Amino acid sequence: MRRALSEILALLVGDPQADRLVPPTGFTARLTLITSGIMAFLAVFALALSLAAGRLAERWGDELSRSATLRISAPAEQMAEQTAAALRVLETTAGVDRARALSEEEQRALLEPWFGPDIPVETLPIPQLIEIVEGDPGYDADGLRLRLQAEVPGAVLDDHTRWRRPLVEAASRLRVLGLLSVGLIFTAMAAMITLAANAALAANAQVIVVLRLVGARDSYIAKAFVRRFTLRALSGAALGMVAGLVAVWFLPAAQEDGGFLTGLGFAGAGWLWPLIIPPLAAVVAFVATRSAARKTLKGLR
Amino acid sequence: MIELDNVAYSYGGGELLSGISFAMQPGSFHFLTGPSGSGKTTFLKLCYGALVPTSGQVRLFDRDVRTMSRDDVAMTRRRIGVVHQDVQFLDHLPVADNVALPLTVSGRAHLDELANLRELLGWVGLKARADAMPPELSGGERQRAALARAVIMSPDVILADEPTGNVDWEMSQRLLKLLVELNRMGKTVMIASHDLGLIRAAKTQVQARVLRIAGRQLQLAGADL
Repeated sequence: MRRALSEILALLVGDPQADRLVPPTGFTARLTLITSGIMAFLAVFALALSLAAGRLAERWGDELSRSATLRISAPAEQMAEQTAAALRVLETTAGVDRARALSEEEQRALLEPWFGPDIPVETLPIPQLIEIVEGDPGYDADGLRLRLQAEVPGAVLDDHTRWRRPLVEAASRLRVLGLLSVGLIFTAMAAMITLAANAALAANAQVIVVLRLVGARDSYIAKAFVRRFTLRALSGAALGMVAGLVAVWFLPAAQEDGGFLTGLGFAGAGWLWPLIIPPLAAVVAFVATRSAARKTLKGLR
Repeated sequence: MIELDNVAYSYGGGELLSGISFAMQPGSFHFLTGPSGSGKTTFLKLCYGALVPTSGQVRLFDRDVRTMSRDDVAMTRRRIGVVHQDVQFLDHLPVADNVALPLTVSGRAHLDELANLRELLGWVGLKARADAMPPELSGGERQRAALARAVIMSPDVILADEPTGNVDWEMSQRLLKLLVELNRMGKTVMIASHDLGLIRAAKTQVQARVLRIAGRQLQLAGADL
C-alpha cells in the first residue's frame, strides 16, 4: 500500500528530465486527449441517464404505492350509506392513514376533460370515489378487499398495483440500462486509451530502443511514458467531464408534471458522481500504458 | 571484462558463429574484420549483451549473460559504450541532450557532469553544433555525436560498429584518432570495420590486434595486413 502510494506520488511529481525524453506532441498524443475527453463527455450523460431513471423509478414507486382509490357503485339511494360504511371500514383498517370521499366538485373536475364543464354530474349514475392515503407500514390490500366485500358490496378497491408495476419496472430497467451504458462507455474508454497508448508506444519505438541502448532501466522508460499518458487521459477526461456537466446543466429543468426526458440530469449529491470519471480514466491509462510499455520492452533486450 | 567461451549464435537458420572463444584484455585495441554478413555486428552484440548466445557462455564483467536480469543488462550498458552502425538519437532533443542521455537515464545529469559534457563536445568537435537537432547532422557529425554519447559515462570498454561506414576518409581518420586517444587513456576499444585502409592507418598509431571472422570462426589475423 505504501509502495503504491509512493509510486502514485512519484508519478504526480514526476521527473522533469525523464519527461523530456518522450516527444511532447504528435498525433497519437492528441488522440489520447480527445478520446478520453469524448468518452468522459458520454459517460456524464450515461450517468445522468441512469441516475435520472433511478430517481424516476423511486418517485413513481413511492407516489403510486402510497395512494389508492375506492370506487363505490351503488344505486343512488344507497350511495351515501355505502360510502359511510366504506369510510367506517377504512377508518378501522390498520395502515390506512386517512380516507376521504371526494366531493361532487372534485369528481366533476375529474370528469371535465371528458364530458365538458356543463355536465350535470348529480343526475348521472357516477360511482363515488374515496381517496385512501396509505400509512407506513401499509395496509393489507387483500384483507381490506375481503372486509369491504362483506360490508360494502358495491366497493372496488384499486390500489394501482396493476399499472404501477409495469411503470416502476420500466424505470428500473431504464436504470439498469443506464448503468450498463456507463459500464460499456468505461470499457470502450479503457479500450480506446489502451489502443492509443499502444499506438503512441509504437510511434515512439525508436525512443524506447535508444533509451534502452544507453542503459535506461525498464522502470525508468515505462515511467516516462506512463506519466505522460496518465496525465493526458486525466486532463482529457476532466475537460470532457466539465463539458458534459455544462451540457447537462443547460438541459431544461425537470417539471412537476414533466415526463421522463425533462428529468434527465443530476440532483443534489448526484452532481458529485461524474467526478469519478477523470480519476477512473487516469487509472485505466496508467494500467494500459504500463502493460503496453512493459510488453514493448520485453521485445527488446 | 568481456569473455566468450565456446560461443555459438544462430538467428534460427544455420549457425552464423560457432565455437568462438575470446577474452578481451583491459586496455587492448582490437579491430574486428570480415566480409559483410560474416557476423561482425552479431559478435559485437554478444559482447554488449544485446544477444544471448545459442550455446556457450558469455561473461560480461564476470557475470554470465544468461543469468543477468534486465536491470543488470541496463547496468552493464553503462559500463560498455557502444557506437552503433545505424546510430539512433532522440530526434526531438538537441545534440547536447542526446550526448548526455546516458547521464540522464542513470540519474547522473548534475552540473559538474554537464561541464564534462561541454568538454566532451569540444573534443569531438561538435561544440558549435550542441544545439542542433540530430536530423540536421551530417554523417560524420552523427558518428562523432554517437562516440561522445558512448564515452560520456566513462565506460571501461568502447565497442564501435563500422564507425566510419558512411563518412569520408578525412572524417574516418578523425574518428580513429579519437578512438586511439581513448585507448591511450586506458579504455579498451574494439572497432568492427571492413576498411583495411583504416586498420593500416591505425597500426601506425596504436598497437592494434586484428580479429577476423571467416567461416563462422574468429581468427587472429597475422601482421601481414
